[in-house]
Amino acid sequence: MSIEVNGRKVDWVENENISDLLKRMRYTFPLVVVKINDKVVPRSEFSDVIVPDNSNVAVIHMISGG
Amino acid sequence: MVNEMNKDIINKKLKNSSVGIAGLGGLGSNAAVALARAGIGRLVLVDFDKIEKSNLNRQYFFTNQIGKAKTIALQENIKKINPEVKLDIYNEKIEKGSMEKRFGDVDVVIEALDSAETKTAFIEEIMTKLPDKPIVAASGVAGYGNSDRIITKHLGNLHMCYDEHALSSDEDVLMAPRVALMANWEANLAIEIILGEDK
Repeated sequence: MSIEVNGRKVDWVENENISDLLKRMRYTFPLVVVKINDKVVPRSEFSDVIVPDNSNVAVIHMISGG
Repeated sequence: MVNEMNKDIINKKLKNSSVGIAGLGGLGSNAAVALARAGIGRLVLVDFDKIEKSNLNRQYFFTNQIGKAKTIALQENIKKINPEVKLDIYNEKIEKGSMEKRFGDVDVVIEALDSAETKTAFIEEIMTKLPDKPIVAASGVAGYGNSDRIITKHLGNLHMCYDEHALSSDEDVLMAPRVALMANWEANLAIEIILGEDK
């Protein structure tokens, strides 16, 4: 019962949504792109989408500048 | 070793390919010039902005172009380097809700926007509306030094030039060496995607 977040193995928590996972991981960056099992999840759905067991989560931190 | 035949195949493949660039600031203008020099067939360039003096510390424009639209100026500059590149320019703001508009028919899209907010929105929109489109993005271009901290992250169709420890441009300076490094990194990734195994 675990998931992988940015290459790190962490416990899977039942009914945990993306916002909760980001909090648990202490990812405080305001602007992130999140992919679960290679599918992008829009920020508007962070509180609705539940992280499934065994999933692979990628959190990318977007920083201003160009 | 690249032999003559490989060169021909590469040049032909690049000539038949297209790249869309969202934003023509430090990332976009430098990436566009690199791709034009490499012999890409077509570039789709989108930006609404005009050139300011403060842009010249990193963007591929000249003093006599201050005040001009970035699309028009970049078109002039690219034509001087490689007149064979077909250029589709759109002097318009990339608006939330239709950010994918100009990029439906390109082989690769490059995110070259400025604020983290717009970058995030753009990546989200392209990945949801054009799910099969390879997208190249950059995060963490501000500051100087720390070249070795920059990495490439491949996440399905999203290919990132990434320095997660960089400061935001709101707190740090933007300078040609690091911005152009990441712009060329993005252009290099686009070419890698287009050429695939033929490299």
